Amino acid sequence: MSIDKDTVKRVARLARLSVTEEEAESLKGELNSILNWVEMLNEVDVDGVAPMTSVVTQEMKKRDDVVTDGNYANLVVSNAPASEENYFMVPKVIE
Amino acid sequence: MAEASSKLIKGATGDWEVVIGMEIHAQVASEAKLFSGSSTKFGGEANAHVSFVDAAMPGMLPVINEECVRQAIRTGLGLKAKINNRSLFDRKNYFYPDLPQGYQISQYKDPIVGEGEVVLYMLDGEEVRIGVERLHLEQDAGKSMHDQHPTMSFVDLNRSGVALMEIVSKPDIRSSEEAKAYMTKMRTIVRYLGTSDGNMEEGSMRADVNVSVRRPGDPLGTRCELKNMNSIRFIGQAIEYEARRQIGILEDGGSIDQETRLYDPKKGETRSMRSKEEAHDYRYFPDPDLLPLEFDDAYVEELRKDLPELPDDKRDRFISDLGLKPYDASVLVASKRLAAFFEKVATGRDAQLAANWVINEWLGRINKESLDIDQSPVSADQLGAIIDLIKAGDISGKIAKDLFEIVWTEGGDPAKIVEEKGMKQVTDTGAIEAIIDEIIAKNPDQVEKVKEKPSLIGWFVGQVMKASQGKANPQAVNQILKDKLGL
Repeated sequence: MSIDKDTVKRVARLARLSVTEEEAESLKGELNSILNWVEMLNEVDVDGVAPMTSVVTQEMKKRDDVVTDGNYANLVVSNAPASEENYFMVPKVIE
Repeated sequence: MAEASSKLIKGATGDWEVVIGMEIHAQVASEAKLFSGSSTKFGGEANAHVSFVDAAMPGMLPVINEECVRQAIRTGLGLKAKINNRSLFDRKNYFYPDLPQGYQISQYKDPIVGEGEVVLYMLDGEEVRIGVERLHLEQDAGKSMHDQHPTMSFVDLNRSGVALMEIVSKPDIRSSEEAKAYMTKMRTIVRYLGTSDGNMEEGSMRADVNVSVRRPGDPLGTRCELKNMNSIRFIGQAIEYEARRQIGILEDGGSIDQETRLYDPKKGETRSMRSKEEAHDYRYFPDPDLLPLEFDDAYVEELRKDLPELPDDKRDRFISDLGLKPYDASVLVASKRLAAFFEKVATGRDAQLAANWVINEWLGRINKESLDIDQSPVSADQLGAIIDLIKAGDISGKIAKDLFEIVWTEGGDPAKIVEEKGMKQVTDTGAIEAIIDEIIAKNPDQVEKVKEKPSLIGWFVGQVMKASQGKANPQAVNQILKDKLGL
């Protein structure tokens, strides 16, 4: 598998990363060498083997339906670059 | 039957068929969120019902709320659907300020509930079966407000992480009427089950509606998605508009662009939301923070055992055990509380008579005054007592309506009111005969005329009822009049 420069730029845009033409060119090389390396896994025959979801056999932990958290809006927004009355403020996004 | 063709839309160049599929989002009824311990309560101060998990602070891990799992299974059982004992959670990646994780935890390839079916009983008596493709659990996003500041949007994460069930239908819906009926039925089902409050005004139930048109028998056309519909009436209006818009384009030789559109209820039209189109690339992958969700059949059976009677089963019972007309049964089971009210009125009484009174008089009045069923000034016992008085022949149907009015506005025991106000029907033939004799004596002209024209007997009946203040038994009046006038 190999990806071209346009794919690199598209993936970067989806991840909201800004990359220059030169960076895209060099990232293309880096990403392709990573993909080629991972490609080695295709040599393993996994027919009839279920995807591994955990290294230990355990059941998913579940919570009871009880309110145990929240009511600290001031802390929630305390790292925000801008906030007002415990709302996050972000550059205007509207259709 | 004309039903198949009546659903088609007439265009300038012939008939068109509209094809609709719906994705309904219903908020799961639970105290806490899907993957955190903060509250799901509607409203509240900004960001008050938010934990560090919901705000996606680094290092926070999701732990599933088991009640949400149970609610999803219950809903699946209510949709007669396949329950999947093993399902997976995936990340659906996109950027938006009200989505702090940068992804929504959802279920993609392996949902908790598979195929099911919903039956619609249409007003004209037709039964329509709509396939359900799947139901999966996912997180709701936060809420952005754009009108608080000139250059900034405000974000409140109280909704962030609340559990939603997304219920996806097959493209089996063929008219706006069916789409409305499907949404209504889905809301009835989740309300019966108690798995969602189905409150569309508060946004706890909403739908994305996929609409396309085609010539009957042709393959599916290109669809447009009408986003975020939160009113059953608007769903109907939006589909009507959208289908005609698409037909107009196709008949003019154009083609439909697959896109997301919004319905504007004020203008009664749909418009494109083009900006969202560019990057529908969600790059789903299994969420590494969550193990597969697994349970055994016994777990499902335990939940099945405790399910309440569902609307379709109740409808069948009303028809087969109580002998109700199918239409009336459908009306009565539309809400669990309405059905319970009816059953209380009908117990030990003529069920069809009870249904007529509950639907025509009582429910009609409730709707006219925009009351909630619980706010009715007439209780099931009072309505039952009115019906008993009719059955016993104490009052006529017409007087019963007056009595209902009195009980509605003033309250009281119907039997006592009838006694006190002298509303009892006169079945004493002697008394009725006396009235009739007097009227015949006073109106010799009419007596002559009625012999020529027997339909004039109605005039006499009217006079008798007037003289008796509506209390004379109509059957008795008719019979005696016929005898005396020699008709």
